[in-house]
Amino acid sequence: MDFALSEEHQMVQRMVRDFAAREIAPNVKEHDRRQTFDRSILPRMAAQGLLGICLPVRYGGAGMDFVSLGLACEELEYVDTAYRVILSVHVGLNGLTLLQWGTEEQKQRYLVPQSLGEKIATYGLTEPSAGSDAIGIQSTARREGDHWVLNGEKMWISLADVADNFLVFAWTDQEKKRARDHTGMSAFIIERGFPGVQTGTIHGKLGVRAGNTGWISMKDVPVPSENMLGREGEGFYIAMSALDNGRYTVAWGATGLIRACLDASVRYARERQAFGVEIGRHELVQQMIANMQLKYDTARLLCLRAGWLKNQGIRNTRETSLAKWHATVSSFECAADAVEIHGAYGYSDEYDVERFLRNSKGAVIYEGSREIQQLIQAQYALGYRKDRPLRCEMPAYDPVAWQQEA
Amino acid sequence: MHAIVCIKQVPDTTEVRINPETNTLIREGVASIINPFDTYAIEEGLRLKERFGGKVTVLSMGPPQAREALKEAVAMGADEAILLTDKAFAGSDTWATAYTLSWAIRHLTPFDIILCGKQAIDGDTGQVGPGIARQLQIPQLTYVSRVLEIDPESAHIRVERLLEEGREIVDCSLPALLTVVKDINQPRYPTFMGIRRATRMEIPVWDSQALPEANPEYLGLRGSPTQVVRIFHPPARSGQATLLTGDTPAQLAAQLADRLLADKVI
Amino acid sequence: MSGLIVLAERCTACGSCLGVCPFGALSLEGDTVVVGDQCNLCGACVDACPSEALRVERPEATAEPDQATYRGVWVWVEQFQGRACTISWEMMGQGRRLADELGVALTACVLGHDVGHIAREAITYGAERVFLVDDPTLAVYRTDPYAAVLVHLVREHRPEIFLLGASARGRDLAGAVATDLHTGLTADCTGLDIDPETRLLRQTRPAFGGNIMATIICPKHRPQMATVRHRVFEVPPADESRSGQIVHVPAIMPEERIACRVADFVLESGQVNLADARIIVTGGRGVGGPEGFEPIRELAEVLGGAVGASRAAVDAGWIPYAHQVGQTGRTVKPDLYIACGVSGAIQHLAGMQTSKVIVAINKDPEAPIFNVATYGIVGDLFQIVPALTAEFRRRLAR
Repeated sequence: MDFALSEEHQMVQRMVRDFAAREIAPNVKEHDRRQTFDRSILPRMAAQGLLGICLPVRYGGAGMDFVSLGLACEELEYVDTAYRVILSVHVGLNGLTLLQWGTEEQKQRYLVPQSLGEKIATYGLTEPSAGSDAIGIQSTARREGDHWVLNGEKMWISLADVADNFLVFAWTDQEKKRARDHTGMSAFIIERGFPGVQTGTIHGKLGVRAGNTGWISMKDVPVPSENMLGREGEGFYIAMSALDNGRYTVAWGATGLIRACLDASVRYARERQAFGVEIGRHELVQQMIANMQLKYDTARLLCLRAGWLKNQGIRNTRETSLAKWHATVSSFECAADAVEIHGAYGYSDEYDVERFLRNSKGAVIYEGSREIQQLIQAQYALGYRKDRPLRCEMPAYDPVAWQQEA
Repeated sequence: MHAIVCIKQVPDTTEVRINPETNTLIREGVASIINPFDTYAIEEGLRLKERFGGKVTVLSMGPPQAREALKEAVAMGADEAILLTDKAFAGSDTWATAYTLSWAIRHLTPFDIILCGKQAIDGDTGQVGPGIARQLQIPQLTYVSRVLEIDPESAHIRVERLLEEGREIVDCSLPALLTVVKDINQPRYPTFMGIRRATRMEIPVWDSQALPEANPEYLGLRGSPTQVVRIFHPPARSGQATLLTGDTPAQLAAQLADRLLADKVI
Repeated sequence: MSGLIVLAERCTACGSCLGVCPFGALSLEGDTVVVGDQCNLCGACVDACPSEALRVERPEATAEPDQATYRGVWVWVEQFQGRACTISWEMMGQGRRLADELGVALTACVLGHDVGHIAREAITYGAERVFLVDDPTLAVYRTDPYAAVLVHLVREHRPEIFLLGASARGRDLAGAVATDLHTGLTADCTGLDIDPETRLLRQTRPAFGGNIMATIICPKHRPQMATVRHRVFEVPPADESRSGQIVHVPAIMPEERIACRVADFVLESGQVNLADARIIVTGGRGVGGPEGFEPIRELAEVLGGAVGASRAAVDAGWIPYAHQVGQTGRTVKPDLYIACGVSGAIQHLAGMQTSKVIVAINKDPEAPIFNVATYGIVGDLFQIVPALTAEFRRRLAR
């Protein structure tokens, strides 16, 4: 048992912290206010290797482990949620899914340029009328000769208007769609350049306003057969295994947000005077600070455990879900308390905490809402749910293999 | 091209706060970092290596923890690192520090250039760079904001120095010692590859035995001409601001103008 | 045995020393204090210990046997393009005071080319003797020929105190000269006084970005050298009736032995030098963006002042680094400092709190800047600053 971060992890943490402070923090307020996504951050993240952080070197990645991915997410969201989201969709939901399920050809063609940051990728499961009810999606794929033709609309997709490659899910079996039998669902890699693909940006979100969120419309999009990820009918398993990695990044990010709330609150509580003393001396303020500390430590421990399991190559659906549930819900509570501690100033955008509060709510909802996570926990406890082996399991992290040149 | 970069590990003084009750420093949670000005020196060394080949050696004198700062420099791309650490070096003032570093540098010859930050943010003296240059009897170029030309073949360098009145362009021969200011470049971040290299690297530690030529009388506290006799906290300013009040900005402005003219500061 | 000694029998493990250590080198282990490697023997803990359980043991350094033969106070008079820098006259004021306390003479060192007028000026500021080294090789400041002359003069005439301004050139030169002379040098002093018992120069300077002050002595080496921060001391009045001796000294380093040539000098015209400005208007995080500096610039222009910026504004990329006031920027001491939308972080205060009059304009009445301000206005800088500009334009008829 060892609770210390390795020297390597500490250096990764410092590097991303420094990167976020210098490259992101100076302009984040501006982008949040104007609801603009700063595309210029992508080449800078790419140059730093962040867009392939935990992918093997032979697939264009940086060859680091899952804990490094988590630490990077924590540091990015410490500054703003929008920038952690990039890692969540590009690496967590898309890159790692290609690593787990992709053919060697698919990895060379899609994963390598993505890990290098030459191409940006995202993930499309959610639709206008299907969120938590993933089997309720309406998108379809029909076979026409040597390719598939996709139709449908994806909604609330992070980086929809930015990404080059999309991992989308659609029904390939109409019978099973009607019967809500998820073995009729398949996964496809589509490119922005494919005919019939259109995307747009959603404005007016409560939070993550410096991020890009949008929709993908697919109208008779021809997709070559070799762009099916996994086998026909494996789509649902792929979508869910992707969430094991997506949720992991969300949990770590929320942990960073909690730390941001804690740091801002502590700083303010020591500066601001009320009733003749700094407000940190007031016990009700101390209570809120204590809660933030509790939530930060517990969220981080859950994240580290999930990361350790991933590094070992052990299934972690339950542990990751627990980390995601606890961290995101806690981040929302901590952000609300941080605003409270800042009083009227917290309510204005002169301080960061109002942004933290707006940003924190999204992650409580997406990648499995708070309610879905609760169901998962209960079902594991009650024995209604068990992990079955997958045809393609995520391999354990092996530094030698991960860092081998092609 | 062999560039030697001298770095110091310092507490991040921007994070240091004062406890208003005891009027003492709150150091809790204050990270140790590479002196920010030294990161520009590291970056400049790496750029020279990228242009001319060769290597960058980073050198630091300090407690064993200063190894972290050296590893950070290696993670940025430095090739070699040496830590000078010994109880005998403790308490060195700027003279003794420069003396010790210069003996270490003599063991690293040949070199083309020595790079230092213009000063360290904890001591703010800016004296160690010139001290090393004089010990080694090489020219010093302080407050360098740009390297305009450099040619290791003809051993010539042209730099721009940032002085109070403007920018001075100077030609000089190599080897020389440069101290650099913030304007000179934008330091890179450590890379993942560099981080892996740094964590696996065993950093050589040199103690006073490794510098047999150095006069032990000139090391550490014993070799330091200056002595700190008292440390105290500056008294906080009175905190008696006269708050001006008025209904409109114009009224406030008029009041302030009255006061400032009366104080004869305008 | 030298170093920080903990007298275990006296230590009560009360912990008083832990917090005062600027380096975080002390910790409690069991019933005593343990000294870590970070200790740099500054002695802050010694004063803090209520039980006198801490002591810094200093090894006996070999004193120069003829220490007592060093007498007199010297000041280096810095010049740029044939004009003396005001910082040097500030040094002369201090040098005169110290020389009077010690009952010794004050000597000015003037180096340059065609700078005889500066030597005469130095006398009006209090020098009894001026070493004038007038030579083409010294026309523009360069470390090697300047240091060579000064080292030579010090070795020959043996002053006990040697002061230089803590300007870029002064620091460059002092570091070189002190190294060659193997003597102590204290950088960037803000206080100088004489210990009446020992005749030693007590040099006080800020460290840790102004968070702590250290008093430093140089007991065994001569001369005692210090650079002194700009605008900490007043320029004394010049007195034309003073007389003094001008001693002509030849330069000692021929041009062919000097490694550096100054090819050009680009004056930063149009900009007021922050360090010399009598009025500074500074914008902080509250200005909100690059365009937020417009009203700041307008006010500075009307007042004939310079524009400053807090680190937050510079880090955000709203204004170049050259404008930064504070620990990692410039230390300033103008007559009037107007801080607009500056919260007053400790590292900013470190660079401006000795300004004569400080005006703070900030929306947040609790901002720490108000603790150092002479006058405070709680309000929106975007309303107050333009009103001030209009008011001063009217009153100053500009």
